[in-house]
Amino acid sequence: MSQSKQQKQTIVFTTFMVITVLVSAISIGVFFYIFFNGISVLSWGFFTGVPENGMTEGGIFPAIMGTLILIVGSGLVAFPMGILAGIFMNEYAHQNWFKKFVRLMTNNLAGIPSIVFGLFGMAFFVNGLGFGVSILSGCLTLGVLILPIIIRTTEESLKFIPDDYRLASYALGASKWQTIWRVILPAALPNIVTGVILAIGRVAGETAAILFTVAAYFLPKMPTSIYDETMALPYHLYVISTSGTDIEKARPYADGTALTLLMLVFGLNLLANWYRKRLNKKIKV
Amino acid sequence: MMTRKKIFEKIIEAVIYASGTATTIVVLLIVFFLFREGLGLFRQAPMQKTYTVAVHPQNPVRQLSIDQLKAIFSKKEKNWKTFGGKDQSIETFSSEDIEKHLKGQDLGEAFSKLKGLVTTYAQNKENLVVVMPKKFMPNKFVPIPTEHMSIGAFFGGKEWRPTSEPIHSFGVLPIIAGTLLVCFGALLFAIPTAIIAAIYLVEIANKKVRNIINPFIELLAGIPSVIYGFFGLVVIVPFIQKTFALDMGETALAGSIILGIISLPTIITISEDAIRSVPRELKEASFALGANHLQTIFKVIVPYALSGIVSAAILGVGRTVGETMAVLMVTGNAAQMPSSFLDSVRVITSTVAAELGETAQGGIHYRALFMLACVLFILTFWFNLLAEWIVAKKTQK
Amino acid sequence: MSSQNSLSDQNLSLDETAKNMTSEAKIITRNLDFFYGDFQALKNINTQIDAHTVTALIGPSGCGKSTYLRVLNRMNDLIEGAKVKGEVLIDGQNIYDKKLDINELRKNVGMVFQKPTPFPKSIFENVAYGLRVNGMTENIKERVEKSLQQAALWNEVKDHLKKSALGLSGGQQQRLCIARTIAIQPDIILMDEPTSALDPISASQIEDLIMELKERFTIIIVTHNMQQARRVSDKTAFFYLGDLEEYDETPKIFESPASEKTQNYIRGKFG
Repeated sequence: MSQSKQQKQTIVFTTFMVITVLVSAISIGVFFYIFFNGISVLSWGFFTGVPENGMTEGGIFPAIMGTLILIVGSGLVAFPMGILAGIFMNEYAHQNWFKKFVRLMTNNLAGIPSIVFGLFGMAFFVNGLGFGVSILSGCLTLGVLILPIIIRTTEESLKFIPDDYRLASYALGASKWQTIWRVILPAALPNIVTGVILAIGRVAGETAAILFTVAAYFLPKMPTSIYDETMALPYHLYVISTSGTDIEKARPYADGTALTLLMLVFGLNLLANWYRKRLNKKIKV
Repeated sequence: MMTRKKIFEKIIEAVIYASGTATTIVVLLIVFFLFREGLGLFRQAPMQKTYTVAVHPQNPVRQLSIDQLKAIFSKKEKNWKTFGGKDQSIETFSSEDIEKHLKGQDLGEAFSKLKGLVTTYAQNKENLVVVMPKKFMPNKFVPIPTEHMSIGAFFGGKEWRPTSEPIHSFGVLPIIAGTLLVCFGALLFAIPTAIIAAIYLVEIANKKVRNIINPFIELLAGIPSVIYGFFGLVVIVPFIQKTFALDMGETALAGSIILGIISLPTIITISEDAIRSVPRELKEASFALGANHLQTIFKVIVPYALSGIVSAAILGVGRTVGETMAVLMVTGNAAQMPSSFLDSVRVITSTVAAELGETAQGGIHYRALFMLACVLFILTFWFNLLAEWIVAKKTQK
Repeated sequence: MSSQNSLSDQNLSLDETAKNMTSEAKIITRNLDFFYGDFQALKNINTQIDAHTVTALIGPSGCGKSTYLRVLNRMNDLIEGAKVKGEVLIDGQNIYDKKLDINELRKNVGMVFQKPTPFPKSIFENVAYGLRVNGMTENIKERVEKSLQQAALWNEVKDHLKKSALGLSGGQQQRLCIARTIAIQPDIILMDEPTSALDPISASQIEDLIMELKERFTIIIVTHNMQQARRVSDKTAFFYLGDLEEYDETPKIFESPASEKTQNYIRGKFG
């Protein structure tokens, strides 16, 4: 009796393990498929050139630059406001209905599909405020998209800081903001930065939100102002793999673009992990 | 000195409180703009904005519904008698027919002569119904008031033909059906798989195994959806095409597979948290009563963590319903009622993403797509609230 | 019953001393009540604490001694629902006056906590912190060095001031916190069980330090350690269930306490 009970457990647990390993195998599969197909395409010229022959060959420099611009721009929008809002949630808001309401709104904002952000950006920034399809509109849209990520990580990071620091600082005559600025924020920084990097990864890969707010189908020259459109890596990948002039011919070019995007996002994730570990170690010494 | 410190403190506080309301303001703005654009759909007729419908003054018919107009222009109804008119066959004239009816004639610069030509053509045709911009309407023709797009026609309509002329069809049923089919297929395998993986990672795997597997789950969550779409397009779509010997592999099945993969990490991580929150005493009590680990997992841990797991599944549903790029790239986007997983389907998100770029701002098609986005917004908002409510209810207990 | 009598006697005599306030009185509390919501944590506390003395606050857990300590630098303001009645005078000024600058008060009334609380900054920056937030940015280096010397830590850390303070031992960390507190030159230092988280050797170093610091500061220390109270303090206050049960010269409290409860507590019968 007990023997069979044990056997059953072994069988079920082994099945569970196999399924879990298969799940991880998916990510390995996707990653290596993109990697081995794309790696032969990557070259210096690929990173620095412009698309040629109806976007079937050439380089992806304008798309890389566009994505970097969007990262910086959306960061400028979301980081200050998100971090301040996170500070509000953990340091200023009292446990009342308002805080609960704000949390509810933040969680819901995080759950809204990115295409809805795209439409909102189109209706509000592009048409409503008259910014047109532009870097400005795109950065604002992406900014509100990552706002909840920043708020949550900031709040979580601040929650992690022991109250002793706050009390000790107040006891030295520091004001609330001095305490936050000089003690709490520096201590919470590693985790906040990690969240920020993950948010950047999100921006780098985001497509639906930029479709109608900033992304240009083909624009080989660099944008000159925030009212210009720009190409972006994820949108470029979408275009060349679904609606280019010659999709078959463009496959290697698309493989290279996919790998570049994947490396960018993957690199940002690695950076976030490395940074968190390094700074946490430094603080614990 | 001290007062300056205090004033500074007050300013900072004001800025922080303002930032705290940022998300609320954004949500309100999203609701406002989405619904303002979307609800406009029901204040417009499903045809081009400047167009009107008119009949010959001798024709006694003064009222035609949208459905009747559709029937007339698709030649399904051929006699005026059906609509209370004379026993005459119906002849139609819409902008598409200009070439046909006024062949070879000089329309003038910027169609300046069009109105005159149309009038000449139409004046003696008692059985003619015309749809075209007001300024080209033949003289003396009597305009027929057109109904606005109705809520029923939107949510109950079986046809999504946003560009059919002169009357557009904005029935979302095929799109809703496509969405349900793809998401159902995705969750059918994603929810059990994710829960099993979560149980394995929290309860069964040792720390070493966990540390090896967790980065892969994180990677799964970090891969952008456009990459999944690309992977689906170049790997899964051809595979399905070959396996099932189809003309094209862009099917609901391909969408389900990709969406399932995308929703895995969401469900896994949240379920993991739920399972991890089971108190140790409960587990120990179960062991103490002679239950083995397997029994403990299914009789104690899973029931205790159930609300969290359910909430994870709901958030997974929200994730699949809202996912755009990957589905757009692998499902083929045919706006038809799907009959199996091997049909090409079109979901809410991909409809919006594929079509919005081609619409005129403020036009009826534009508004119909915003209305779709409103539906999407309400769905995901509701899923989020539901997930939170389930967890909150549990904590209260 | 008898303790009830002694309590009211005590209050009477204290009221009188409060009226005849001498120039030496640093802190005076009059009819001080303190509430956490509905719970009254301090009941009608009347005390006078003289400058350049060490006062020990003793009593069982939850008796109100830490609350009393935190009333003096208004640390309790941070707790929601906290309410103060009565007067607390420092140098003759009511610190619960609405016009009072609370940061200025806390600069003047330093505090050392039970657990050493160095910030995750360098040793130097930890001591400089209080100076910087209070705008005392002149001669920071000299002030930091002097404070570290006064806290008897200078010789141990002078060669690695830029290292993280979190790398110090518990005893060193606590002395760093004391250095940090005295750097901003307060008049009063509140200590909330400053040695209870430390090993005996570190604890005795801190005790020695307290005796030295008495020359320059007025010190109030909450402690669970009777020997420590006896060794370092000039006066001892025994709190019980929110009442100030007895307050007198330390030798008197420990050798011939007036209240039976004090006696029981000191002899270790409860607490």
